[in-house]
Amino acid sequence: MNTPDLSVEIAGIKLRNPVMTASGTFGYGAEFARYMDLESIGAIITKGLSLRPKAGNATPRIVETPGGMLNAIGLQNVGIDAFIADKVPFLRTISTPVIVNVYGNTLEEYGELAGRLDRIPEVAGLEVNISCPNVKQGGIVFGTDPAAAYEVVKMVRDATIKPVIVKLSPNVTDVVVMANACADAGADALSLINTLTGMAIDLAKRKPVLANITGGLSGPAIKPVALRMVWQVARAVQLPIIGIGGIMSATDALEFMLAGATAVQVGTANFLDPTAAQTIARDMERYLVEQGIADVKELIGALRS
Amino acid sequence: MNFKATVITNVEVSPGYFRLRLTAPQFFVTASTPGQFVMVRVSASIDPLLRRPFGIFDVGVMATEYPDVQQPFLDILYRVVGKGTAMLAGFHHGDQLEVLGPLGKGFGAGDAAEDKILVGGGVGLAPLYYLARELVKESRVHLFAGGRGRDDVLCITEFERLGVETYVSTDDGTLGERGLVTEVLERYLGNGTSAKTIYACGPFPMLRAVAEIAGRTGISCQVSLEAYMACGVGACLGCVVKGRNHAEVTPDYRCVCKDGPVFDYTELSWEQRL
Repeated sequence: MNTPDLSVEIAGIKLRNPVMTASGTFGYGAEFARYMDLESIGAIITKGLSLRPKAGNATPRIVETPGGMLNAIGLQNVGIDAFIADKVPFLRTISTPVIVNVYGNTLEEYGELAGRLDRIPEVAGLEVNISCPNVKQGGIVFGTDPAAAYEVVKMVRDATIKPVIVKLSPNVTDVVVMANACADAGADALSLINTLTGMAIDLAKRKPVLANITGGLSGPAIKPVALRMVWQVARAVQLPIIGIGGIMSATDALEFMLAGATAVQVGTANFLDPTAAQTIARDMERYLVEQGIADVKELIGALRS
Repeated sequence: MNFKATVITNVEVSPGYFRLRLTAPQFFVTASTPGQFVMVRVSASIDPLLRRPFGIFDVGVMATEYPDVQQPFLDILYRVVGKGTAMLAGFHHGDQLEVLGPLGKGFGAGDAAEDKILVGGGVGLAPLYYLARELVKESRVHLFAGGRGRDDVLCITEFERLGVETYVSTDDGTLGERGLVTEVLERYLGNGTSAKTIYACGPFPMLRAVAEIAGRTGISCQVSLEAYMACGVGACLGCVVKGRNHAEVTPDYRCVCKDGPVFDYTELSWEQRL
């Protein structure tokens, strides 16, 4: 049979296949160039970026948990000036679309950041981080209150003509309410889920393991929660959805597509295996060939009831 | 690079400490330098999920049962501290695991003519063996090895076989002198030395004491740090340490995995607790 079509489109961004790398797990792309072919995946989402450089949290910042890990990095990043000076030149050398994850302490910071990125041709789109659980100001506040989410998405929407993806937090009572608020504010697509807030305790020391006390849980442990939320949002909202949460294999990725995702993000798996995203994309193609499926888009939302 | 390695031997060299020899591609042996590390995946399942970082104890090429075939290998020295290393201790000849490396920035060679001083605490001796093997080719090497007790001072005969002069100390006096390795080092330096470089690996308080001695005596010093890390390639930012110029508004965090694990002691902030 002919080579199957793995391409998908998210808010006007054409992806050669549905596999993206999740923000915060893939640096700025260059870190992985020597381990895998960056041209083999659908898109790269860069580490959460803020206007000014951000120090991040004290250490320990990460701890392994059964089937997952907790992190409380605290959005350490180089800030937009260094991003433009030091990171964008590399991104210019690859054809894979680069989506920049953005984060602000205030509404105005989100707007200013989006406005500056709007002028950078190497940036294919923005992913608005309204769901980081590890920073005291902003972040999670915007991600758990639908009115605040509406405001921040509106602010970014008005500041850029580039595609706007909003990354949703699972740490809410009803994710559909948040999804609707973002859709109403003009989001082009939704990505979910970010990490689940969690905690680890050291019995011997009677102390929390993380310096930040709590952190975000990622990895295979959260996949069932993520699948459920993607399925719920896909049924309720018309926007394209990017599924995230514990994707370690092509099987996991395809399950998210059945639940309604148009594309997926691979996160924690990049830490275990720097070639994970490439391998998953390759194995998705193999699955389509084996199953005689001509176009991966046939699987989006194709869950049988 | 990421490669599948086969266990050649996995020997308990001291209670709770193992020396693991793995097959490696020739590329690995050629490309690695002392002080670099590898990330080892001990299980194909998701528990434990993350790889474990280990300093490279040695690399080389060994004879096999076939006269024409030589086998490149990689050695790591590890202590059983948790689930991952306990699983690793259960590996036998012929078992396979995945290795990513060589990773990070290793030790700088320094001037060949000078004597070299190595300071190792516990399993921190691991990367110093590979380093010593390179340094003895051109320099006289003095090793200061410390541990809590006699079981925690590892592979001293291997160092001595290289021609390294060794000074051993333990906290409880069960091997060598009783006391801290840095006290022995300080006394040695007090008698005068031609050494201009110290290479150190061990617990952070030991490294801090060595850095303080280096600062006071004007001897240059490279330290190898240990840290929890998820990726090993500079992406997760889980393993950071504060650099010399760190401040909240002008962050100066260094990744142990990518900017290190070896740092010149002047690059780091020694105020932090690790």
